[in-house]
Amino acid sequence: MSLMDKHQFIERNATLLLVGSLLVVSIGGIVEIAPLFYLENTIEKVEGMRPYSPLELAGRNIYIREGCYACHSQMIRPFRDEVERYGHYSLAAESMYDHPFQWGSKRTGPDLARVGDRYSNEWHVQHLTDPRSVVPESVMPSYAFLKETNLKVTDATMELTANSRVGVPYTEEMLTSAKADLEAQANPDADTSGLLERYPKAKVGNFDGDPARLTEMDALVAYLQVLGTLVDFSTYDDATGYR
Amino acid sequence: MNNTITIGGLVAGAFLALLGAGFAHDDLFAAHMWVLFFCLAISTVVVVRRVDFSGAGRASSRDDQSGYFDEVIRYGTIATVFWGVVGFLVGVFVALQLAFPVLNLEPFLTLGRVRPLHTSAVIFAFGGNALIATSFYVVQRTSRARLFGGGLAWFVFWGYQLFIVMAATGYLLGITQGKEYAEPEWYVDIWLTIVWVAYLLVFLGTILKRKEPHIYVANWFYLAFIVTIAMLHIVNNLAVPVSFLGVKSYSAFAGVQDALTQWWYGHNAVGFFLTAGFLGMMYYFVPKQAERPVYSYRLSIIHFWALIFMYIWAGPHHLHYTALPDWAQTLGMVFSIMLWMPSWGGMINGLMTLSGAWDKIRTDPIMRMMVMAIAFYGMSTFEGPMMSVKAVNSLSHYTDWTIGHVHSGALGWVGMISFGSVYFLVPKLWGRKRLYSLAMVNWHFWLATLGIVVYAAVMWVAGIQQGLMWREYDDQGFLVYSFAETVSAMFPYYLLRALGGAMYLAGGIIMAFNVTMTILGHEREERLPGQASANLQPAE
Amino acid sequence: METYTAMRHFADSWGLLAMALFFVGVIFFTLRPGGKASADRAAHIPLKED
Repeated sequence: MSLMDKHQFIERNATLLLVGSLLVVSIGGIVEIAPLFYLENTIEKVEGMRPYSPLELAGRNIYIREGCYACHSQMIRPFRDEVERYGHYSLAAESMYDHPFQWGSKRTGPDLARVGDRYSNEWHVQHLTDPRSVVPESVMPSYAFLKETNLKVTDATMELTANSRVGVPYTEEMLTSAKADLEAQANPDADTSGLLERYPKAKVGNFDGDPARLTEMDALVAYLQVLGTLVDFSTYDDATGYR
Repeated sequence: MNNTITIGGLVAGAFLALLGAGFAHDDLFAAHMWVLFFCLAISTVVVVRRVDFSGAGRASSRDDQSGYFDEVIRYGTIATVFWGVVGFLVGVFVALQLAFPVLNLEPFLTLGRVRPLHTSAVIFAFGGNALIATSFYVVQRTSRARLFGGGLAWFVFWGYQLFIVMAATGYLLGITQGKEYAEPEWYVDIWLTIVWVAYLLVFLGTILKRKEPHIYVANWFYLAFIVTIAMLHIVNNLAVPVSFLGVKSYSAFAGVQDALTQWWYGHNAVGFFLTAGFLGMMYYFVPKQAERPVYSYRLSIIHFWALIFMYIWAGPHHLHYTALPDWAQTLGMVFSIMLWMPSWGGMINGLMTLSGAWDKIRTDPIMRMMVMAIAFYGMSTFEGPMMSVKAVNSLSHYTDWTIGHVHSGALGWVGMISFGSVYFLVPKLWGRKRLYSLAMVNWHFWLATLGIVVYAAVMWVAGIQQGLMWREYDDQGFLVYSFAETVSAMFPYYLLRALGGAMYLAGGIIMAFNVTMTILGHEREERLPGQASANLQPAE
Repeated sequence: METYTAMRHFADSWGLLAMALFFVGVIFFTLRPGGKASADRAAHIPLKED
């Protein structure tokens, strides 16, 4: 009978109810989430992934600031139509340096996981300035102000340092040259050999059509143009990478 | 509440905000700190003007110390109604932006910035205030004890409003973490954590000093909601700020781990904020309004443990067919389907509470509202498990079907049960004999119900059409539609959706008017519509 | 991935059984005949007073 009174004991003991609830709700999270951090096959091994360059990172922060994820996903599912429309399905490795992830949950607009290299810089600038001038059916807001707003990154090194604190492998050299790299990437006259060595496949040059200024448009287009272009799929084996 | 401490805290906070604005690492932080400064400065002036310098001051407290602490609940009820109308209004605006993109006013009022304003306003401002106010009401009545902590409840209420204002202004300025339903940046998150711990203290403290030996099941749901939200909020918002005087932070997790952590949070924001908390509401206010005990108390116990255990696993169904490992997806799907059972157990328990009093649905518009809420709860907890099946999800994911599902739950369940509770509470809290107008409750009921039906039906059609168009092939094996064509096909649905939302908003405005008139002490001369033949009196 | 496989097997067999049994146990315990009176008393708490 004493055992039978146990639940009544719980029902009458607030602390026990609190601890019991907390235990019960913890189980699911622990079993599901914790393994992702130590199971080696969560993220497949691929060639080509690298941390974002300082300009790409600044562009990514604008992408986040403007809430682009509310309408654009960055996660191609392994279906025939999606692969034909957007490219190779997304790999976990491709967002391994994304703090936070931007997979999205809604496609009011198309997926952007592999939008890099699909359109010219000029197209992106025109599209962001006046979306319906290039896609008449579009319901996207206009972001003309990005072209008029100078890119303000108070301290590029601090941005990279914060990322390295959460595990992005920025090297000492990347940290010290962050400011120079940020400016060089959008400057058509700059020497970008060091930048390209640190950040292979980075797009360099003037993005927004205004070489005199480094604008938020420069940064955002630099980010969009690198999306999905880093992994070398010629060396990637679908079969072994499959989880 | 001790005014000296309050004023001291406000002045110190305002001073720190000023310092923050002066030494800010970036412009956005400076702007946000100015917002904070003005909020706190205005609050200081208001509090100073209300200080009673006559005599001992605190002895002339309005609330009888032996009775229940209801003043904060009155504020919370008003805040619920206010934020509800604001949230619905922003929702209609966002809906219209999708139909007419010219309504995107850059840079501050673009969809990307207004959308989190809408979601946070309805979930955290409207829903949160409803939960805080009703939980304070329910825990006092079912414990037969005054709220624990004295002025701490005021801190919870005003601290929470400050969180809402900081979050909302942040979104429009462009301050966001970029994680859905967890958009506020690190310093606002820390503030919410402090407020939430105070909330837990007040709630748990009241339970601990109760005079009733048994802890009523509504309090279990509230308690689980408070504790679980604390856990989810802290873990999902772990981040490293770039500077302690800047807005930007980087999530502690990346990519696939971040995705699962986020949807573990996101799904359980639904499960615990929008379900468990509001079930607490159901388990108190439905029996009260029906004037009979809950159908099966023991079923409610099973409902509780099964629900809180299973909900927490269901997050991965937001990530079907993504780069999340398959085993996690399958686990999420299985638990989502199992979740159907406790959900419907709860629904049956709520509905059957009316057994023997079914006539109330006809005679009492408040009861009708609550019953409709439970019906929508049942509907969306069937739709949810169905959509979590991978095959269904492959079609529904990324489409407006998801949006329709969310709204049938949010507008139907969360909204309706809150409206019912508000209508129950307002006459009680202000000592009125009845509401200003029951006919208006009836109008609200029909506007809201039809609004939801329009909204959900339109989004089903829109979502399924969208999903089918994306994957349609012609005989030659080519995709039939470009993405742009699928966007333009959505226009009529987006228009109708805005109409459904506008109807729901109109109902909300009627409620605000009705509640205001009740508080002011007016009573409208009226006969309940549809009741002309029966000689029955409304329940209240 | 030895640990993973081992844990996976455990979760699929004994872990699952233990959870299912626990759940059934909880249901039986809640619905035991002796609990009816106290449950009824608890159910009337909201109706006691305002």
